[in-house]
Amino acid sequence: MGGSRRLSPFNVASLALGLAFLYLPIIILMIYSFNASRLVTVWGGWSLRWYHELLNDTAMIEAGWMSLRVAAMSATIATLLGTLAAVALSRGERFTGRTLFSGMLYAPLVMPEVITGLSLLLLFVAVNAERGFWTVTIAHTTLTMCFVAVVVQSRLGSLDRSLEEAAMDLGCSPARAFLAVTLPLIAPAIAAGWMLAFTLSLDDLVIASFTTGPGSATLPIRIYSEVRLGVKPEINAICTLVIALIAVVIVVASLATKLSGAQRETAAPL
Amino acid sequence: MAEQLPKFDAAAEPVGPEPQLAAADIPLLRIERVVKKFGAFRAVDGVSLDIHAGEFFALLGPSGCGKTTLLRMLAGFESPDEGRILLNGKDIANVLPHERPVNMMFQNYALFPHLSVRDNIAFGLKRAGMARSEIDARVAEMVALVKLEGLEKRKPDNLSGGQKQRVALARSLARRPQMLLLDEPLAALDKKLRESTQFELMELQRRLGLTFVIVTHDQEEAMTVAGRIGVMDSGRLDQVASPRELYEAPHSRWIAEFVGDINLFDGEIEAREHHRLTIATRDAGTVVVAEPRQGISKTIVSVAIRPEKVKLSRLGPAPDATASQAINRLEGMITDVSYLGALTTYKVRLDSGATLRSSMANTAQIDIDAYNLSQRVVAWFTPDDCLVLEQ
Repeated sequence: MGGSRRLSPFNVASLALGLAFLYLPIIILMIYSFNASRLVTVWGGWSLRWYHELLNDTAMIEAGWMSLRVAAMSATIATLLGTLAAVALSRGERFTGRTLFSGMLYAPLVMPEVITGLSLLLLFVAVNAERGFWTVTIAHTTLTMCFVAVVVQSRLGSLDRSLEEAAMDLGCSPARAFLAVTLPLIAPAIAAGWMLAFTLSLDDLVIASFTTGPGSATLPIRIYSEVRLGVKPEINAICTLVIALIAVVIVVASLATKLSGAQRETAAPL
Repeated sequence: MAEQLPKFDAAAEPVGPEPQLAAADIPLLRIERVVKKFGAFRAVDGVSLDIHAGEFFALLGPSGCGKTTLLRMLAGFESPDEGRILLNGKDIANVLPHERPVNMMFQNYALFPHLSVRDNIAFGLKRAGMARSEIDARVAEMVALVKLEGLEKRKPDNLSGGQKQRVALARSLARRPQMLLLDEPLAALDKKLRESTQFELMELQRRLGLTFVIVTHDQEEAMTVAGRIGVMDSGRLDQVASPRELYEAPHSRWIAEFVGDINLFDGEIEAREHHRLTIATRDAGTVVVAEPRQGISKTIVSVAIRPEKVKLSRLGPAPDATASQAINRLEGMITDVSYLGALTTYKVRLDSGATLRSSMANTAQIDIDAYNLSQRVVAWFTPDDCLVLEQ
């Protein structure tokens, strides 16, 4: 048993290579954000100079603020709609077109973002909507809603239906049974879905660049347009901050999923 | 229909003496020709049944016989496609589960994992709008009733199977339902715990004077706890009877085989005189049996004898008078002996090749009465020990 658990040199090497491939670029980016030199590729000693400069870059800060607002708003709407869709699909009576509906709900999961972005742009132009915060928010909601629905539906599917029946038996109307029993039990999955939607919205470039308007660039758009003029170490600094934020959100989301999973195990019958 | 029947709900309006008298004739629950279909499959197929207040009634049957579907219709989770369900004389077809004065204990207990034992038990009371002090008093009463003292703050995850079962029972009893439905309540418990819980259930039911309807596939459990048993098969209610009647006078061959062990011999009625039927069987020769009280219309029948009514004797002169006078004597060889403690069961291969099962109580400490493998014996039984079942 002990021998099989020890890693062979080959395993160690492939693990190291794999991790390096995934994380080395990010680590280099983070280290160079503390570079004192103006040239991105030349190391000039440790410094917080670029973070300081970032504070004075109002355009970048505005873009960051815009991204956070879009992410929070679209994640909230997506969570609401995605949860409702998941409940309808797993709890509602079998309605005609149920399979079609669930298939269409999940289509954005596999749809190329360029197509989603372009079609939304055409829609916004057709209805003559002024492109800006709300158009990006709506676009991100359509993208992230399906992810929320998937997460919540899998949790609902594993939930014992007799729990709701027991609540009804003990005097709850169906709606009350949902609020008193089902909602608390799927809350961790809803929270995880929200955070997933938040991070997806935060790092989206393609759909945002299709659906945004002048003067309301999101952070990825801003970074992308700066990089086209040449990479400044300041970009490394903002990227490091974004990575830190997303890392925190992902850790919280996975903790929430783990909590929900632990409850699922015990909620299973017998 | 419902309007013509007297009101039974004393809390809703005062009832005069006359309707009350009439109400006494109304069973607590009346099921009238109820049919439930799932697609083309008839899960419950024309069941009619009366259950009276204060009864402990068991619905017994193999899995898939429709007993749980029937119970779920009583709780309101399914609605009948045909027929009516009357509670206190009122049709409850359109009464939603949360408005029925009926509570259910679920097979997997369905305890709310995010609530403590106390909050699980109090759940239904809060919904009923009881005052906080009343709820506390009722929860304490229920906790004492099912002996869960000290566990009130635990979450269901931190309880044993037996404790979960008690919480589920307390939760379903807390609202003082007119009728408690129990769906295989003891199936998840081990044998010893199951037996002691069966007696506790009976004790509880007697003490509270409630009506219990239990669904089970375990015939021993049904016979232990219930005053009356309804046997279901393929969506139909085959027989409703007391445990003794069900065992001693089953209506059909199927019930005879489902409830307990039985020896069955197919045969044809040859003669009928002095309330005795002479039946020529293929495997056990000519058997004389008592004619059933309700008479028998067919000539092709089955003779059924419970194993404990088949006595064994050594070959040669019979040791006692009853054995020598027994009309039905079959010779054979012991092929199997199972010592089960309280009794020993034997399989006797008759000369026809058929097997007859016999079980004898081990009343003596030494094995003086025991028979050995390959020993030739006489198996005998009286005409009154036999049942005649139409095929």
